[in-house]
Amino acid sequence: MIPTAAVEATSDSAPTGFAWRRDGLQWNSVEVEWRKVINWGGLCALGLVFIALSGMLVGLDGRPVLQRYFSLGYLAMVWLPLLLGQAVNNEVVREGIAGRPRGAGDLLAGATVGGLGGLGLGALILGIANFDLRDPLVNWSPQLLALLGFNQGNTFGFVVWILLGAALGMLGASLHLMGPDLRRLVGIVVGTVLFVAIFETIIVDLAKGFRLVFVTDFLYGLRGGLLAEGVVALAVVAGAAAVLGQGRIKEAKASLAALEGTERKWANAILLVVAAALLVIVPQFTGKITNELLANVGIFLLLALGLNIVVGLAGILDLGYVAFFAVGGYATAVLTSPRSNFLPAVCDTFLWFECEPASLPWALALVVVVIVAALTGLFIGAPVIRMRGDYLAIVTLGFGEIIRLLFLSDWLTGFFGGAQGVTNIPPADFGLFEVAGIDPRSVFYLVLFFCGVAIYISWRLERSRIGRAWMAIREDESVAEAMGINTVNMKLMAFVVGAILASFGGAIFAAKVGSIFPSSFLILVSIIILVVVIVGGIGNIPGVILGAVVLIGVLGGPKQPGLLQEFSQYKLLIYGALLIWMMLKRPEGLLPNARRTRELHQDEFLQDAWLKGEVDLDDDDPTGGRPAAEGTVPMETTPGDSASGEVAPA
Amino acid sequence: MSDRLLDIQNLSVTFGGLHALRDLNFHVDEGEIVSVIGPNGAGKTTFFNMISGMVAPTSGEILFEGQSIVGLDPNQITGLGIARTFQNVRLFANMTIAENIMVAQHCRTKQGAWGALFQTKAFREEERAIRAHAEKVLGFFGTRLIGYRLDQPAAVLSYANRRRLEVARAMATSPKLILLDEPVAGMNPKESAELTELIGKLRSEWGFTVVMIEHDMSVVRDVSDRVVVLDHGEPIAQGTYEEVSTDPQVIEAYLGRPVDGAA
Ligand SMILES: Nc1ncnc2c1ncn2[C@@H]1O[C@H](COP(=O)(O)OP(=O)(O)OP(=O)(O)O)[C@@H](O)[C@H]1O
Ligand SMILES: [Mg+2]
Repeated sequence: MIPTAAVEATSDSAPTGFAWRRDGLQWNSVEVEWRKVINWGGLCALGLVFIALSGMLVGLDGRPVLQRYFSLGYLAMVWLPLLLGQAVNNEVVREGIAGRPRGAGDLLAGATVGGLGGLGLGALILGIANFDLRDPLVNWSPQLLALLGFNQGNTFGFVVWILLGAALGMLGASLHLMGPDLRRLVGIVVGTVLFVAIFETIIVDLAKGFRLVFVTDFLYGLRGGLLAEGVVALAVVAGAAAVLGQGRIKEAKASLAALEGTERKWANAILLVVAAALLVIVPQFTGKITNELLANVGIFLLLALGLNIVVGLAGILDLGYVAFFAVGGYATAVLTSPRSNFLPAVCDTFLWFECEPASLPWALALVVVVIVAALTGLFIGAPVIRMRGDYLAIVTLGFGEIIRLLFLSDWLTGFFGGAQGVTNIPPADFGLFEVAGIDPRSVFYLVLFFCGVAIYISWRLERSRIGRAWMAIREDESVAEAMGINTVNMKLMAFVVGAILASFGGAIFAAKVGSIFPSSFLILVSIIILVVVIVGGIGNIPGVILGAVVLIGVLGGPKQPGLLQEFSQYKLLIYGALLIWMMLKRPEGLLPNARRTRELHQDEFLQDAWLKGEVDLDDDDPTGGRPAAEGTVPMETTPGDSASGEVAPA
Repeated sequence: MSDRLLDIQNLSVTFGGLHALRDLNFHVDEGEIVSVIGPNGAGKTTFFNMISGMVAPTSGEILFEGQSIVGLDPNQITGLGIARTFQNVRLFANMTIAENIMVAQHCRTKQGAWGALFQTKAFREEERAIRAHAEKVLGFFGTRLIGYRLDQPAAVLSYANRRRLEVARAMATSPKLILLDEPVAGMNPKESAELTELIGKLRSEWGFTVVMIEHDMSVVRDVSDRVVVLDHGEPIAQGTYEEVSTDPQVIEAYLGRPVDGAA
């Protein structure tokens, strides 16, 4: 059963240069699956109306992207028809089946989807003009109507949205007609312009640090959106870079991957050192906004790395992880703050003499904090760990809330200050330097150190006897138990290591913010950390780092602003949408762990292995049907390409 | 009594109203190969589940080397020296073949977080020993499971190789007693003959005592010292293969099917 399927299915294979695709364009006949297109059009209309009614159009209109022409509010709308116009024409490429011919049909489909979306907005215009639904729909306002009509009246708005939608949809669809190089070029140019336009604040802050203010002056003029000449200049520069850099990155990657043995190790070590040096040096130049952002990303990264050990390595779905963050924060607070009533209250209640607040230095307090966190981990873990799956998740969720409510409760107000929290937490003093919230750079360095520690711990534990036991537990807990693994101990250990890492995060957080309250430790924190881990790639450290940078850095933490400050009202909406999309399209995360990908795409993986001749078919043949030599692989496929219908013979 | 490795007394288990096992008395001496046979649903797998601690007996006693193991956790029982395979192959499919075997040595090794974090000498030596032992165990099955296969996920293995890996994983726990649940099920005659020979070697080369559930009578005939027949949770005959295969009660339990290797 040697597959004889052809490779033409991925018709992008022919190199075309910066041009339209050469093969299979078809203009004379039109094939459109109308049912599908109309469904997608409906989706587009619903999406646009939803975005308009969510308040983004009105709320973000004050923030220009292109000075005088285009605001963030409109940008929040126009991406949708563009994307759906592209997506409606996607097709599943199957091995050995030639792709559908591209051409007029795609454009028509894209235009219809976008046009229907515009029609949806037109209906909204008519609705707002004729009815008053401000009661249920807060954003059903004349102001929205004005913006929907581009301040030119309702009829104008109605017509323009339909035309604009159709045009955008067609533009999206036209991506399918481009050769791969052209598509890349367009992507890079548009992406760069949008990036520079949206992230104005941080770019200005960075430019100040690196003394490049003249560049930002040119791009943004007096601030508040890109200038037209800025756009042109950016497009030219980005386009030139794309053309000149064509294939360079791929080449560099390939030559790195080609290195063997010690050379590979050296290359990795050098890359690591360069990355570390950049992380140490760059904050010296960056402004306060950037450093604050880096510090926040770092704290959440530390928490995510800890949770990754619990969820990613040991497979324990802990929804109450914030409990350990809270314990770390509160323990640090009561031990270091001179205003904390904790120690006096303890002496008063349990002992017969009086005492002063502990006021320990941060580093010394940290030792106690780690012990307290480990004990809390054991205490919470012991009853929870014997449960499995959903039960465990729910119970940890409960414990997460219980810990917060204990800190909030009247009963323990004497110790932890109730809703007033603990204030006057001093900065962490290390003699040579001090880590304080007013100096986010110092916080970032401290957090960087602990992230390094967390990464080292995860890395070493994963590649040890303990890591293998966690892996086995994740795969099949009862079998792991039958193979001699003390599953309770191993899971408890993951729980405790996770608790300790979270308490580091809590300790740094306390020193950074100076006062902590129960409301800093809402269940939302647990959820967001979990989303960071899932979106980044469960069980893979680079993935978790990417997840933290993308989510916390761009969108922001539960209370911390990210780069997209304007969207902070819609943060949870975006988090939710992103999570749903990821679960549908890429459940293994942005940068997945190879093993996890295999678990989630086992059919594809097996088919792939089979095509490469790695699945052993013949039991009598001890070589297991492997191709005689490396390089005689029948064909190359990536898991995403192959249809999952076929299961490899096993 | 002295060389009784496993001694089971009046063991019963009920699931709801169903008597999966009733009043079973059974023993295994050190160095024996014993087969457990019986029609489908007779309670053979349940019997293994009970010895390995995965199902608690309703009443009765299980003594391993004179010590009661009822109520111990499965991992403690494995630690004492009883390993098992599963009838419906339950490998860690996404772990590599080497890892499947390495993880089974968990209860025989002891390096903890400290050694891993500081890469102590003891840790590195133990890791090397674990890997070496894994290769030795896999080498028992010829060249099929070693070499480039070591680092492939178990999921790519053929059915027969998965069965072999199951046996290898049980062997890697360094047991005294190994419980094989239908080790040759689904194998072709050639493969099962080969594995039968290896089962003999489990005793002669590795020093394991073997209890095996098997439907394939030729395998049972070739390797077992003693055969126990279960039917509806009750032991209906015990003895050598020849004694058991001519027992009228056994023949009746198999609905008149001749219990013969040639059949
Ligand atoms: N956990 C359980 N809960 C309820 N009933 C069970 C359970 N495990 C087994 N049984 C029942 O106990 C009886 C014996 O099952 P067992 O799996 O031990 O049979 P077996 O002899 O191994 O059969 P086979 O030859 O098909 O493997 C069956 O009727 C089965 O349905
Ligand atoms: Mg069975």
